[in-house]
Amino acid sequence: MNYLLRGIGVVAAVGAVSVLAFSLPSGDARGDGGGHALPKLTHKNWQQECASCHIAYAPAFLPKASWRRLMGGLDQHFGENASLDPATQADILRFLEANAADSGNSRMGGRVMQGVNLNEAPLRITETRWFVRKHDEVSRATWSRKSIGSAANCAACHRQAEQGVFDEDTVRIPK
Amino acid sequence: MIKHMVCSGLAILGMASAMAGAADSPASLMAQYAQQAGVPVSALAAPRGAALYRTEHAGRNGQAVSCAGCHTANPTQVGRTRVGKRIEPLAPAANPQRFTDAAKVEKWFRRNCQDVLQRECSAQEKGDFIAWLSQVK
Repeated sequence: MNYLLRGIGVVAAVGAVSVLAFSLPSGDARGDGGGHALPKLTHKNWQQECASCHIAYAPAFLPKASWRRLMGGLDQHFGENASLDPATQADILRFLEANAADSGNSRMGGRVMQGVNLNEAPLRITETRWFVRKHDEVSRATWSRKSIGSAANCAACHRQAEQGVFDEDTVRIPK
Repeated sequence: MIKHMVCSGLAILGMASAMAGAADSPASLMAQYAQQAGVPVSALAAPRGAALYRTEHAGRNGQAVSCAGCHTANPTQVGRTRVGKRIEPLAPAANPQRFTDAAKVEKWFRRNCQDVLQRECSAQEKGDFIAWLSQVK
C-alpha cells in the first residue's frame, strides 16, 4: 500500500516536471535562450586572449565594423597596449565577425543593432544606445564605486556575465 | 662541421621546446635573456629587477604608472587589471605557472613595458626582472 502510494507520487511528480519542462519557453532556434542569455560560444583565442584583462565581451554586443576597428588598433586599446601576433589577431577577428551583432546569430545582437549607426561604428559597448537605455537607472556615482570601477566591469553586477547570462535577476549591484 | 651539427641540434631542440609550449622555466628564460644581452647570467641583478617593478613613470595620459600599480606592491599577491579583473600572482613562489612559456612572457613584456615605460624593455631588464621575481618568497 505504502509502495503503491509512493509509486503514484513518483509518477505524478515526473509527469508534472515534464509538463512544466515542455510548457516553459525553450528559447528560439538560435539557441540563445531567447532572453537575456547569449549563445554559448567557445573559441580558444577569444577566451584566452580577450579574457586575460576583462571578461571576453560577447561578439553580439558590437557590429562587425566595430570589431574590425577595435582589432585594428590593439596597440592602443583604451589606453593600453593589447597587441597580439598577426595570426591570433586575425583568428579572433574572424570569430568576432561571424558572431557580431549584425551577423544574425542572436536575438541580443538584433537588439544591439537597433540604433547603431554603422557609419560611426562604436568602439565601446557602453556607447551603444542599447547599453545606455538598459542602464539608464544606474547613476554616475554607482558606476564609479570602488567595487565596480567602470562600466566595462560587467561581472561586478552581472554575476554570471562570464557565462553569458545577463538576466536582471542575476544582477546584484555591490556596495 | 661539428659546429654545424651542434647548431642544427640546438635548432631542433629549440623547435621541440617551442612545440611543447610550456617547456620554459624562470632559469631558462634568465639564461636566454642574459645571452641576448651579451652578459653572463651572474650579471643579472635582482635589485635592479625590483626597482624596475616598483618605479613609477609618467604614463600615456600623464598619470603615474608602474608594474606594482596593477600587480600590487607584493608580487605574491593577486592583482587587478584596470577594469577590475583578477591577475594571478606574478611571483613563481605563489604561482608556479609564471615564466614557463617564453611566447607568453614576451607578449606581456612587449605590452606592459610599452604601457609603463613607453618603450620596449631591454633583454638585460627582462633578465633582471625575472631574477628578482624568482627569488621573491
